[in-house]
Amino acid sequence: MRIDHAYLALKALTQREGVKFLQQKGRLFSAFVRPALWLFVFAVGFRGVYGVDAGEPYLQRSVNYEYYILPGLTCMVLLFSGMQSSLAMVYDREMGVMRLLLTAPLPRWYLLTAKLLSGTVLSVIQAYGFLLICLPFAWFTGLRVAFNDPLGWLYVFPALILTGMMLGALGLLLSVHIKQLENFAGTMNFVIFPMFFISPALFPLWYLQESGADLVYWIASVNPFTYGVQLVRYASEGQFYGLGAVVVCACTVGFLALAVVGYDPQRGFVKRGPKPA
Amino acid sequence: MNQIQASAETPIVLDATDVVKNYGARKALDHIDISIRAGELVALLGPNGAGKTTLFQLLTGLFVPDGGTIRIGDADIRRNAVPALAGIGVVFQQPTLDLDLTVIGNLRFHANLHGLNGREAGSRIDTELAKLKLTDRARDPARALSGGQRRRIELARALLHRPSLLLMDEPTVGLDPASRRDLLNHVVRLCDERKMAVLWATHLVDEADHADRVVVLHQGKVLKVGSPRQLVEETGAANLHDAFVGLTGPESD
Repeated sequence: MRIDHAYLALKALTQREGVKFLQQKGRLFSAFVRPALWLFVFAVGFRGVYGVDAGEPYLQRSVNYEYYILPGLTCMVLLFSGMQSSLAMVYDREMGVMRLLLTAPLPRWYLLTAKLLSGTVLSVIQAYGFLLICLPFAWFTGLRVAFNDPLGWLYVFPALILTGMMLGALGLLLSVHIKQLENFAGTMNFVIFPMFFISPALFPLWYLQESGADLVYWIASVNPFTYGVQLVRYASEGQFYGLGAVVVCACTVGFLALAVVGYDPQRGFVKRGPKPA
Repeated sequence: MNQIQASAETPIVLDATDVVKNYGARKALDHIDISIRAGELVALLGPNGAGKTTLFQLLTGLFVPDGGTIRIGDADIRRNAVPALAGIGVVFQQPTLDLDLTVIGNLRFHANLHGLNGREAGSRIDTELAKLKLTDRARDPARALSGGQRRRIELARALLHRPSLLLMDEPTVGLDPASRRDLLNHVVRLCDERKMAVLWATHLVDEADHADRVVVLHQGKVLKVGSPRQLVEETGAANLHDAFVGLTGPESD
């Protein structure tokens, strides 16, 4: 594979993702409104009820709720964006564009990796877009919806990339199995919501332990999204969460490898081809 | 074993040998052999469900055969897919334009996927659009084009990387007679001018009439191969249409 060819393909895929994203006003709007609603309706309501005894990585004993859930909601942007990539793959398959991609003279593993990278670029831009939207609200309302340390914006960059790649790779893997766009609602119910809610995005996991919900706690402990959220949370406080980085990287490689196998016509889940007429 | 033989002493561009594909117990393709030489237009004529699209999916590497080998130029599509795919241009039966992109956006996307850089891609895009009389639509969204124009854009796209083999899977489905004729005439000219091999799948007999050779495919098997004239003579029919119906049965009409 020529390096310039690989670069051109990556550029083409990224440009296409960007153009389509900007054209889809509803997608653009919902990418920011969804987490913003959570933040300014849900979080503001709860902040009057309690602060969060969040533990690590926070240094102070009690953290404002809206401040606590900011990394979780940023990861929510990545999660929806990753699943959107999955939806886009299924859409491309139904519209026939996928055939064009899979018949390009590049190794299939590279095409899928390039697709993942292009989707991740878009995810990270959306995540920063959400954080930017939070800024004026922080100034005008006094809500703590900006990172303590301005350098947090810089620190979260690699964490957002890693988490975005993991969720994008999961989206690719899911697209192998989602045969029709209509099945995407199932993805929402069985993947996005459980991943998000059974994670430390909205509350610290020790709350679960304390309330005796051991099974839920265990599920949260094996939820890859948990490690992505914590990786971003630690980074936003200028700290490195090693376990999170390892789990997120391992899951990215695992999901992507399974997706490559799934799209391989010789070994994959889609090898059987069309149903007989 | 079914045999499809090319006759000219020109390089073989497509060489498929003993190809088998099954869907469960059903044999979609039953020991098919095909070879096509440069500059040859071969019509793959068969009724719906004959196995044409399955064969195209195997030729493009989208699926793998259960048996046999497929070589594009010197490359085996299964073992060495990248150079094999570099030699193929495809117009799929199902439309594959991205309707959200402009015409030029679609063409640039394809050109980049095939490793053509900006200047080279731009020059080839201009050339192909001019030949298909679509230069004035270059900036329009693909969604705004008529069915015939979309097909011509797909053909232009398939030619951008200068393939040695052009695969067209029922490309005239949904087109009006004038658009069908224009598309077919353009492809016939391409065969002559660029010495490109073309495999044109169709269930319309009048399209097969323009081919150098016709391969009649039915229920996954090759029933007959030859020039349109040869097929008519060998079957004793009055014309190619009657020959086709005689070979495949009246339900194929």
